[in-house]
Amino acid sequence: MSATATETRPVAATGSRIAARFAKLRAEGRGALIPFLEAYDPDRATSMEILRGMPGAGADLIEIGVPFTDPMADGPIIQLAGQRGLKAGATLGGTLEMVREFRAGDSETPVILMGYLNPILSYGAERFVADAASAGVDGLIVVDMPPEEAEVLAPHAQAAGLDIIRLVAPTTDAARLKVVLNASSGFVYYVAITGITGTRSADPAALEAAIPRIRAHTDLPICIGFGVRTPEQAGHAARVSDGAVVASALIETMSRTLDSEGRATPGTAQAMLDQVRALAAAVRAPR
Amino acid sequence: MNKPLTRPNTYRSGPDAAGKFGGFGGRYVAETLMPLILEVEQAYNAAKADPTFDAEWRRLLTHYVGRPSPLWYAERVTEHLRAEAAPGMGAKVYFKRDELNHTGAHKINAVLGQILLAKRMGKKRIIAETGAGQHGVATATACALFNLPCTVFMGATDVARQQPNVFRMKLLGAEVVAVESGAATLKDAMNEALRHWVANVEDTYYCIGTVAGPHPYPVMVRDFQSVIGSETRAQMMEAEGRLPDVLVAAIGGGSNAMGLFHPFLDDADVRMLGVEAGGHGVDTVTGHAASLTGGRPGVLHGNRTYLLQDEHGQILEGHSISAGLDYPGVGPEHAWLHELGRVEYVNATDDEALAAFQLCSRLEGIIPALEPAHALAHVIKVAPTLPESTLIVMNMCGRGDKDIFTVARLLGEEF
Repeated sequence: MSATATETRPVAATGSRIAARFAKLRAEGRGALIPFLEAYDPDRATSMEILRGMPGAGADLIEIGVPFTDPMADGPIIQLAGQRGLKAGATLGGTLEMVREFRAGDSETPVILMGYLNPILSYGAERFVADAASAGVDGLIVVDMPPEEAEVLAPHAQAAGLDIIRLVAPTTDAARLKVVLNASSGFVYYVAITGITGTRSADPAALEAAIPRIRAHTDLPICIGFGVRTPEQAGHAARVSDGAVVASALIETMSRTLDSEGRATPGTAQAMLDQVRALAAAVRAPR
Repeated sequence: MNKPLTRPNTYRSGPDAAGKFGGFGGRYVAETLMPLILEVEQAYNAAKADPTFDAEWRRLLTHYVGRPSPLWYAERVTEHLRAEAAPGMGAKVYFKRDELNHTGAHKINAVLGQILLAKRMGKKRIIAETGAGQHGVATATACALFNLPCTVFMGATDVARQQPNVFRMKLLGAEVVAVESGAATLKDAMNEALRHWVANVEDTYYCIGTVAGPHPYPVMVRDFQSVIGSETRAQMMEAEGRLPDVLVAAIGGGSNAMGLFHPFLDDADVRMLGVEAGGHGVDTVTGHAASLTGGRPGVLHGNRTYLLQDEHGQILEGHSISAGLDYPGVGPEHAWLHELGRVEYVNATDDEALAAFQLCSRLEGIIPALEPAHALAHVIKVAPTLPESTLIVMNMCGRGDKDIFTVARLLGEEF
């Protein structure tokens, strides 16, 4: 986070948990760590244990993946996580129920759902945002819903007070950047690589060039995801932007603890939370 | 690509600027792909307006593909069906013979158009997805002709059951990637091709095989395939002095059907029948691939259309005896025509298609692909119920060389 940006950029005025959290982080002078888990992966109880443990391990915001059979922008690691989740009985409604249970013990950590449009349409867009808001969801990332197709969901989300967090990619040119940013709220998610999740690492120099380009056009916080794997990378991403999203690297760690049939073992949740701790330490390290 | 419209037209005017046919179609893709999709649309619009582009495509169709494909009066099939019909009944059946195209199916029509477009766009390599392998073979062929590296994504299940086409693609110099995810069929191949495209957007053109995917693919593939219907129109006028009464075509994604139907959409007297894959029966849960008959609207692979899905919006795997028809979705323009009632969507089961496959081989000396065997299965049902004066055109969209191993196994033959 650059000093000048900190001084000139107002907090998004939604009064939401997301805005409040970024305001708090700004006061602390650091960026956010946003770890990811896939709902019901590898089973509901373990997934719930991971979710509950994340704030204590250092998560500033939490991104929850909603399993879908055909995750177009995800690599093999998250794709497999989704398949395990579906096998364990994951549904959109069940994912909202997980958030509701989480909220009983944590009223402050922002929760963002990441998923694809079809399960939402199947649930009913209007009913979904109402239920999501009442369960305690703060923001939505809908991978296959560009601003051009957002009419189906965005007005309902706005009415329910849910942020639509948009992805900006390296391929997003200047003209398109305006369209995307105008349709964004909560924060902006910068996709650090041209590719799918979990396949390659972000180039630090490219990030240092890309973030100011976006910063010039928006007052929203900017977080970096895709290709952020190690504590060092997370620390760097959280310094050049307002936060680092780590997904595939965490799922990979978790999946290594599973037995040969993909079931959780006693150390499963702990392995993932330990890695969140290591990432959080790097994000909190003095600049 | 089409001849100018001769009268006001509602059915042929779509899609709108957002790529929508009514509420179907659109561009439901990740942000990384959006700029590329918009670039393809812009390039296609420019190409369409350039007479040299059309001229080059038509030169290839004539001298490389072998178009126009003949319109064949299937006399023995007609006589056979009349023998079972009431006096004065039994429609006259024609085949539009797109199985005679180079590479054995209609797919090459749209592939050549897209490869010419990719060259205009300065793309250095081509990717494609394939189910039965016909689109993969067509793409590999065009890439060989234009000296472009080609990677074809194909479900591992399909790789196993379509070995001859896999070998063809390799002979033609393409790399075939066996996709292991999901049920390892066409749907998964398309996912993988999209993922690969996201990672290689700079230099890669994605050549889609059917009238599905994000805008502009459904309209672009339709425009290229409409050569089938345009030729049929002229040929039927020459043969019978009037338009056909009924058009019949198989529907997977729906490219051959859209190609045949589109030039006739505004001819109110022309009845159109799209035949989906009924598999083990449309009343089974995952035993068929009839997305219009047994699915409901949703979003997959960049477009809103009818999909096979469960109550939670998870996509179901389709089943068909034909690897080319087991896609759980359908082109968005078909979804629109279905809701408007302009085209009737029916289905034929695996068994019915298998019977039609054998009947056609014996009566006409034409071994059809399993895809048009579904269309023929419906012709067998409907022709005897129509008067003798009725003219039916069925699109023989592919030949059965690729399917003889599947059919032999089902018939208990071993070799």
